[in-house]
Amino acid sequence: MNSLKGLPVGESLEEITLPPVARIDLIKYAGASGDYNPIHTIDEEAEKAGLPGVIAHGMWTMGNLAKLFTPYYEEAFMENYAIRFKGMVFIDDVITLHARLEDDSEEKMSFEVNAENQDGRAVITGTVVLKKI
Amino acid sequence: MFTHGIGKRSAKVKNTVERGAVKKFAESIGDLHPIFVCEETGKQSRYHQNIAPPTFPRVFDYGTIEELKLPNKGLIHGEQIYHYERPLLVGEDILCYSEVKDYYERNGKSGEMGFLLLNRFGEDLEGRLIFTEEQVVIITEAVRREMRV
Repeated sequence: MNSLKGLPVGESLEEITLPPVARIDLIKYAGASGDYNPIHTIDEEAEKAGLPGVIAHGMWTMGNLAKLFTPYYEEAFMENYAIRFKGMVFIDDVITLHARLEDDSEEKMSFEVNAENQDGRAVITGTVVLKKI
Repeated sequence: MFTHGIGKRSAKVKNTVERGAVKKFAESIGDLHPIFVCEETGKQSRYHQNIAPPTFPRVFDYGTIEELKLPNKGLIHGEQIYHYERPLLVGEDILCYSEVKDYYERNGKSGEMGFLLLNRFGEDLEGRLIFTEEQVVIITEAVRREMRV
């Protein structure tokens, strides 16, 4: 298992680029999460809501972003995860996940996190605090 | 228009962190890591059990707040904050409930926007807090106008 030990403040975890967003991803997330709001799966409903097409659940993107930290749960757990939803994610968008260490203490590590689309625009931004165990 | 709901809570609802639901959820966010889904990895881990991804509480039932009637369309999810005392363990039962923390209105680009602050909680069966969730839901003027009709 990878380790966070020795990661210098200011350094980033290895970024992850997701495959282009597909409708099936959003259908799966709807089923797994129980969020069946049709603006995430059915174009007509999205259009009725004034959108150009279906948009990803914000929580789908937030769920994906958390996986940057999954390899480290033997040394820390996620104590705080705070996200602001800044922009919409559409089908075929290519999302890249980022986390940069901002602060490291005896007990905790704080990261600035975001997910960006193919135009380099942040669609969600926030912070993660890991509590060392 | 939601101010009368401030402070109101739902009754607690018992939920289970189901193994199958965790696997399906982990798959849906592209994170089928052994710490979530492999029983042996869970046993060997420091949690002695598989854990759930941090955004898994999305699947729980938090009960209904009688005073809060939200439309199912036109809401904008503005912010989401999780706080954990410890990770959720696969197989455990938890009691979940929600509370209206605050509601206020502000003038913005697209008219007067309503901001609804909802809190959600998950406790073990002895009443010890496991996680809290804070949600900011933005309600546009168009949606609120519709609700008044």
